[in-house]
Amino acid sequence: MSVNVATAWKPLSRAQMAVRVAADIPDAWYVNLGIGIPTLVADHVPAEREVIFHSENGVVGMGPAPEPGQVDPWLINAGKQRITLRTGGSYVHHADSFAMIRGGHLDLCVLGAFQVAENGDIANWATSDNDTAPAVGGAMDLCVGVKRLWVVMEHTTKAGESRLVRKCSYPLTALGVVKRVYTNLAVLDVTSAGFEVAEMVPGLTLQDLQNVTEAPLKLAS
Amino acid sequence: MINRIVQTMADAMAGIGDGSTVLVGGFGAVGQPSALIDGLIEHGAKDLTIVSNNPGVGRVGLARLLELGRVRKIVCSFPRSSDPVVFEQLYREGKIELEIVPQGTMAERMRAAGAGIPAFFTATSVGTKLAMGKEIREFDGRTYVMEKALPGDVALVEAWQADRWGNLTYRASGRNFNPVMAMASKLTIVQSQHIVELGELDPEKIVTPGMFVDRVLHVPYGDPKPS
Repeated sequence: MSVNVATAWKPLSRAQMAVRVAADIPDAWYVNLGIGIPTLVADHVPAEREVIFHSENGVVGMGPAPEPGQVDPWLINAGKQRITLRTGGSYVHHADSFAMIRGGHLDLCVLGAFQVAENGDIANWATSDNDTAPAVGGAMDLCVGVKRLWVVMEHTTKAGESRLVRKCSYPLTALGVVKRVYTNLAVLDVTSAGFEVAEMVPGLTLQDLQNVTEAPLKLAS
Repeated sequence: MINRIVQTMADAMAGIGDGSTVLVGGFGAVGQPSALIDGLIEHGAKDLTIVSNNPGVGRVGLARLLELGRVRKIVCSFPRSSDPVVFEQLYREGKIELEIVPQGTMAERMRAAGAGIPAFFTATSVGTKLAMGKEIREFDGRTYVMEKALPGDVALVEAWQADRWGNLTYRASGRNFNPVMAMASKLTIVQSQHIVELGELDPEKIVTPGMFVDRVLHVPYGDPKPS
């Protein structure tokens, strides 16, 4: 999506989207971050907040990427990137790690998605029913298990198709679970009446946003 | 006297039969029992069902076992890796069966097997194609899908330290699937970076008690490679 010169609104960059999500995470929450833009969120949580990041492979209290020379080859996250453990962190095995997820012990999960529907359905693991070998990982567990699920994603595909839809056309990851969507254009809450726009990038009108969104939108009251 | 420590790879692999279900620990390269996988290749058992989070990288380890045609079916959550070429080719050619399982369901199915629980209900995968054909039930107004226990004939596990009883510790995120796989199998085979005297391990730090372990081979493998 390019800059709209006529009205001078500008979509957020990936880093700006991560900053926007991070601003909404309160002190003392336990949070799992998906691969992609969600991973960037950890770097932008305000320093005064103690937010504990959980990784599916049994890491509670994940810290930032290690400094050169400080790499522990035994310490990776679910994206298989080298990480650090912050003071107070702990390790658990996979069944306990997913008990934390499936047992409702995590306050928040932030995932990327291909599509989110106006009823909160999410599609984020396969792009078609004919996908030869789609990789689900922990996405289905996270979607149904955590206390709240937020999605961060580009508002449209590269081809300009809306990712906020009436009904997902891609294979579903979970039904009716998304509470909030952060895109490069807006922040939207999923309500029983569909998508409510809580926030838009400066200069963008509801009509501009509706023009690139398949699902009907209304402003939050 | 209990001594679960074996001296050779051949002793470690003895008796693994064709058609076995083999649970393979590790998440990426971390905690993966690479030496035991090579031992299984050497051992020659075939028609295997492999349960592992990933189907292998490049043409070594699990990928090599697949490429040699020893694996009938793979059960995993993430059939991708930085280089899953062998798996993808076999899958396209219809030469390997794939069962995709959500990662938490996979871990819990093995935990259940280890705990004597034949099946359980979970909200994971409800309404998706991974729930197709499975029993659905409601509890307190929420819908759940029934998942069956996933027991192994054999588990291949990597530990950080082991003693002669088979008590195990792990290192950092190398723990991952290893403890649940050790519980879930009839025959649990461990490669351990270090062997220590009985009594040296702090009882508070033993993650897998030797009750879950059958054989331990000392393999000072070194650090896992980036994956």
